[in-house]
Amino acid sequence: MSVEIEFEQGGLATEEMTLNMGPQHPSTHGVLRFIVKADGEVMRKATPDVGYLHRSIEKIAEKVGWHGFMPYTDRVDYVAAMACNQGWAMCAETLGGIEVPRRGEYCRIIAAELSRICSHLLAIGATGMDIGAVTPFTHALREREMINDLIEELCGARLTYNYMRIGGVAWDLPPGFRKKVARYLDHLEPCIHEINDLLSYGKIYTERLGGVAVVSPAMAMSYGLVGPNLRASGLKHDLRKDRPYSVYGDFEFDVPVGHGEMGGVGDCWDRYMMRIWEIFESVKILRQAVDKIPEGPVIAKVARTFKPPAGDVHVRVEAARGDMSWYCVSDGSEYPYRVHVRTGSFAAMSIIEELSKGLMIADLVAVIATFDIVAPEVDR
Amino acid sequence: MQAFIDGLIGDASGLQREIYYLVGMLGFGALVVFGFILPLAGVFSWLERRVWARMQSRIGPNRVGPFGALQWLADGLKNLLKEDVIPQAADPWLFRIAPYVVVTGFVAAWVAIPFAGPLIIADLNIGILYITAVTSLVVIGILMAGWSSNNKWSMLGGIRSATQIVSYEIPAGLALFPAVLLSGTLSMQGIIAAQGWQPWMWHMFHSPFALLAFLLFFTGLLAEGNRTPFDLPEAESELVAGFATEYSGMRSLLFFLAEWGNLYVIGALVTTLYMGGWQVPPFTENAVLLTLAQFATFVLKTFFWVFVAFWIRATLPRVRVDQLMSLCWKYMVPMALAAVLATATLMVVFPEGSAPLRYATFAIVVLAVLQFFRRVVFHLRRARGMGWTIAG
Repeated sequence: MSVEIEFEQGGLATEEMTLNMGPQHPSTHGVLRFIVKADGEVMRKATPDVGYLHRSIEKIAEKVGWHGFMPYTDRVDYVAAMACNQGWAMCAETLGGIEVPRRGEYCRIIAAELSRICSHLLAIGATGMDIGAVTPFTHALREREMINDLIEELCGARLTYNYMRIGGVAWDLPPGFRKKVARYLDHLEPCIHEINDLLSYGKIYTERLGGVAVVSPAMAMSYGLVGPNLRASGLKHDLRKDRPYSVYGDFEFDVPVGHGEMGGVGDCWDRYMMRIWEIFESVKILRQAVDKIPEGPVIAKVARTFKPPAGDVHVRVEAARGDMSWYCVSDGSEYPYRVHVRTGSFAAMSIIEELSKGLMIADLVAVIATFDIVAPEVDR
Repeated sequence: MQAFIDGLIGDASGLQREIYYLVGMLGFGALVVFGFILPLAGVFSWLERRVWARMQSRIGPNRVGPFGALQWLADGLKNLLKEDVIPQAADPWLFRIAPYVVVTGFVAAWVAIPFAGPLIIADLNIGILYITAVTSLVVIGILMAGWSSNNKWSMLGGIRSATQIVSYEIPAGLALFPAVLLSGTLSMQGIIAAQGWQPWMWHMFHSPFALLAFLLFFTGLLAEGNRTPFDLPEAESELVAGFATEYSGMRSLLFFLAEWGNLYVIGALVTTLYMGGWQVPPFTENAVLLTLAQFATFVLKTFFWVFVAFWIRATLPRVRVDQLMSLCWKYMVPMALAAVLATATLMVVFPEGSAPLRYATFAIVVLAVLQFFRRVVFHLRRARGMGWTIAG
């Protein structure tokens, strides 16, 4: 909600206060910094200052080679690392013309959707915590912990998975994994309903998020928002549906969009609820995937010194924070010539400056949280 | 209490008597503060963390002492040994004094809290007014802390706190009047004496309006005590730590001490005004036994409300500043006024009180509690259906 304050001429002299939110601040989810021009509690402007977490991941790719870059992709968006893995693998596969075995693709999708749920659970919990409700956070993390257990069985890691390889995935599903995933999904759905009961439809919560920081579809497009943030504004755009990569074409699922139940279409509440709705869609995909997964090899034969032909490629994957574009140029050598990643959090950061005008300081926290900004993804 | 000291002093008179009196009162006050209030606030800090942890499916502090019950001692000791940092740009005097003002504000309220029939430090004839007055001292301390820290987050926290406490004092102050009207006295013991030990004889069940006043009173007190969902002055995710951002060591702890100690004051006020205080059925002639039973009743009732405050903190998100103000001025103040007027009208219409109204109100609350437990059972069943050990 925006608050307008009129200044009386000749009244009390007031001046804007410059507040430094971050780089160390409890609700900036990592190392973000906002320079807030505030008039009391009302913000005039919040300017994001990015770059605190720049680790030159894209530059590193030029030195470590095609296979060697895979673990680094985990660090692009460490909250949902599988999609980054997949983006990089698809880059190399498209350049080298490698066909991934069908079982490998299914393994990838199972892993990617699990990590999407993982990321969304964290986003839901963290939003609640930023609004002041701490209990849903621990409940969401409890569920996330179980996914971490599952993924640990899959690839040995709980956060930076490094599961995918060029040409497929590193390991086949462990024995009994499909059953465990199915059982977990049965368990997860009521848990999400519980979080809905506890948090999403609570009066204070909907008042805090409903109608706050409404992003119109035009604005969302002009700032290049992607993923759940874009769909919250009512635009039905999901790469898994619109240009199905991998084997997403095999699955039945919906693309939820925000419809402004609690205020305007594209408000904070819609963005928050997108994550909850998407979890249910991911559950649908996972159910079908563990059901339909074919037998066969999980990885294609790829040379140890992988040298794709010269050329460039642009690959898009639907990560937890939306359309993650990988642009990669190869000069035919065993090292990529140039890599660039375009991430959802970066677009979300850029819209905050315009969005923050007239919001209150407490709303900025809600905006950061509901855009689900992960600081390392902004800077890479 | 006064009678007790009189007995000790014996037949001294004049200035000597006054000095004895002063020393005796101060000594007793110190005893209460160090022997009861500080440990109680400490225990609340542990209890809150444990209750909170249980609600969040965590474990909570369980290392120091049985079930971690001595955690507060360890925390206190740690904070005493820490460096007391005073920022260079801060106003050193105000910065140092602020925590003391806050603690004074809440400790002074204990003077008029009735723990049992004979157990009250001073049964002031304006008891409840006195408590409302001294607890307002807290806001001055918080404002001092926020201003003197010379930190923008602190200042925002201090100003939020000032607006909040000053605003919520009005609905809370209005909402205590139905109880005062029904008792015809401002004295804490008098208010309790006007209620019976049977639950339906409590002031909160006098009429639906008294019930409304009771709910408003509790909400207003939560807001005055900076408790969730009104914990804006120290909103962690927004203002880092609010007015306490620059404080370290024991000074920072004193703020939290005041917060947790205040919880007991909140519970005690609600219990005294609307929940029948220490009233117990007259089951024995033995004065000591009766006093003990009264004390236990009072503390249990108070702990219940403290638990409710913990519970609310674990459940609800935080409101925004403008919502806080609109809730207070648009809803709570008119409702509190209506409750006062309606109670006064009812007292004129039914000078002896209306038994049907009383039982109807009681029945409403009982039904609400039953419905609540039905929901609890429903959720427990659902949770059991989920099964907890899946992977690993």
